[in-house]
Amino acid sequence: MEKKSELLVRERQLVAPGDVVARGLEFLPGAGSYRKNSDIRSKLLGLVRLKDRIVGVTPLSGVYVPKPGDGIIGTVSDMQSTFWIFDINSPYDALLQLGEATAEYVDISKTDISVYFDIGDVVYAKILNVSRSKNVTLTMNDYRAKKLIGGRLMKVTSSKVPRIIGKEGSMIELIKKYTGCHIVVGQNGMVWLKGSNEALAAKTVLMIEREAHITGLTDRVTAMLKSEGTPEPETAKEGGDENE
Amino acid sequence: MKTDYMKKLILAGTRADGRALDEFREIVVKKGVIKTAEGSAMVTIGQTKVIAGIKMDAATPYPDTPNEGNLIVDSEFVPFANPEFEAGPPSDTSVELSRVVDRGIRECHAIDTEKLVIVPKELVWSVHIDIHTINDDGNLQDAASLAAIAALQDCKIPKYDIGKKQVVKVETFVVSTGKPLPLNDTPVEVTVHKIGPKLFLDPTVEEEEASDAHVTIASTEDGSLCAMQKGGNGAFTIEELVRAAEIAVEKGREVKAAL
Amino acid sequence: MSKEGAPEKLIIHGKRLDGRKLDEFRPMKAEVGVIPQSKGSATFSFGETKAIAGVQGPGPMHPKGLQEPTRTKLRCHYFMAPFATSERGRPGRSRRSTEISKVIGEALSNVIFLEDYPKTALDIFMEILQANASTRCAALNAASMALAEAGIPMRDLVSSLSVGKADGEIVMDVAGAEDNFGDVDMAVATVGGGDAFVLLQMDGVITQSEFKVMLEMAKNGCAEVYQRQKEALMKRYTAEVSE
Repeated sequence: MEKKSELLVRERQLVAPGDVVARGLEFLPGAGSYRKNSDIRSKLLGLVRLKDRIVGVTPLSGVYVPKPGDGIIGTVSDMQSTFWIFDINSPYDALLQLGEATAEYVDISKTDISVYFDIGDVVYAKILNVSRSKNVTLTMNDYRAKKLIGGRLMKVTSSKVPRIIGKEGSMIELIKKYTGCHIVVGQNGMVWLKGSNEALAAKTVLMIEREAHITGLTDRVTAMLKSEGTPEPETAKEGGDENE
Repeated sequence: MKTDYMKKLILAGTRADGRALDEFREIVVKKGVIKTAEGSAMVTIGQTKVIAGIKMDAATPYPDTPNEGNLIVDSEFVPFANPEFEAGPPSDTSVELSRVVDRGIRECHAIDTEKLVIVPKELVWSVHIDIHTINDDGNLQDAASLAAIAALQDCKIPKYDIGKKQVVKVETFVVSTGKPLPLNDTPVEVTVHKIGPKLFLDPTVEEEEASDAHVTIASTEDGSLCAMQKGGNGAFTIEELVRAAEIAVEKGREVKAAL
Repeated sequence: MSKEGAPEKLIIHGKRLDGRKLDEFRPMKAEVGVIPQSKGSATFSFGETKAIAGVQGPGPMHPKGLQEPTRTKLRCHYFMAPFATSERGRPGRSRRSTEISKVIGEALSNVIFLEDYPKTALDIFMEILQANASTRCAALNAASMALAEAGIPMRDLVSSLSVGKADGEIVMDVAGAEDNFGDVDMAVATVGGGDAFVLLQMDGVITQSEFKVMLEMAKNGCAEVYQRQKEALMKRYTAEVSE
């Protein structure tokens, strides 16, 4: 007789590797979980994430593994005549081919491509493709892609990025409002800030990273920003919003 | 691909060379093969070939065993034995092999080390066993252990000049007393491998690559277990381990017959 | 064969020299997140034996020629601090630490999803700060927790301890005099407190039926260690919950 399918955890419950999160074949393993016989078990120390029948676990720590479609912030670490190599805060480097960086025709016998991006430049780009052997390619062919000039760069655990962005960008908007900063967040855990109160913005980002797993975070962040920041006057927004 | 093929065969209870899962290849033991060693033996199991040589010398005893002789076991995976072997310091597999051979001999007191004292608390015989792999076609552990035991059985104690504080030599050859080493037991090591739920013995080098996990079990004359070492990334259940011990003791007796 | 300094008896009236019952553990302590610079770290103690573990990676594997195209290369480094034993030990690698690093690596390779990070290297450093037997077991327990904290995907935790024989009796969690003068020491590790043995090393002389009893005792002991490891991992993140 088939056993009844059963979900054993709640959304955002803390689980450890090996914990049984669901029983029965009606549930499916998601990222961070695996099937063992008819049970679904966690692969990670993290928080449960439920989506319909898919039971996944988001880690509370860990390196960024590139995924196609992700918007990321990378730093140019090397280049050849027709491509750049980016450090994307991952065990894997990423490649940007000249053809994916500009639609213009470039005569490489006359042009050194460092005029576009030079070593050390910080760029927001999209991951075009990740091969099975983890060769990562980038593209600038995206409305959000651009070079990020000035400001400061921070690193956070990539799995905390959704919390930093917030539902439909609400958390980011909150930080922008009280710190007067332009903020760009890469799925790879790189955060770029530029504006009047970068220090407060950075402090807030770190606070979110530290306390992402604790409920009531939005209230605590709002309270801190209200007491330490200055709200921007409501004006019409300009420019594209990278983190929609 | 070869590995998957080997796995398939074993899971079906068969092997590429037609042997049964618990069958050893032909074992040949030749003692006294190295004239410059106090004891030596060459062991071949199928195409796997190892040589063990024993050198004895007087040494100070270890502080916690002042009235016992010393035992040291080393192994060298000579690069010509297997294209995967590299020159240089011992690999972790080589270190493990020698330490497991050592424990198989030491734990059951196969050598009566109390009878290896020259001057109590000051000078004792040290028995240094060196195992060199000549050809690796799998199961180096069992071959090495058998070679070490055979070499111990072949070993004769050298003459020692207490006055000059050295082993007596004529030209470059050590003079022997003709007396054998005092041996208490004949331990034998049998390594039991598994693929899925199937247990098998004496793998060839290709079967070894396909193996999920293995456990080397040393047993004594009276069937007790005196050393064990599990290796490989797979896992054993209690039932499998108990069964492996039974097989190791049973087959160990057959292996010993070759000595 | 008696060694210098051996006590007359190791077990008197069913109790061991340190007062424990035959199947009793020394007090265990497990803590996660002890090295702020490391993404995953933990300590584990059996009585006075204390081990600390830290994880580095997964990161790029150099030299490239040694990369494994489909999985991460797991490298385990077990060391004994020179001050861990009563007589100062020699720092650095030894044949013993090489062997122990190997068996610990094999035990962990059973549970880590190595294929999730091809071409990278994953390093686990374990150091014994204080040694009183069961050092490799404490190291492996700490390493399991450190890997979990670092977000390394695993099928389950690996839990380890040693069982032995002293004065002919089978005992749990060998220590002190039992380690030096007892008859048998068997170190084991299982996955998730169950029946899958991923580490097994035994020296001493036992019968086949004693072997079976020791395995059963070890399995139950590992299950208790597993609970402790789980508690420590949960504590790492729930201590801060303010509700």
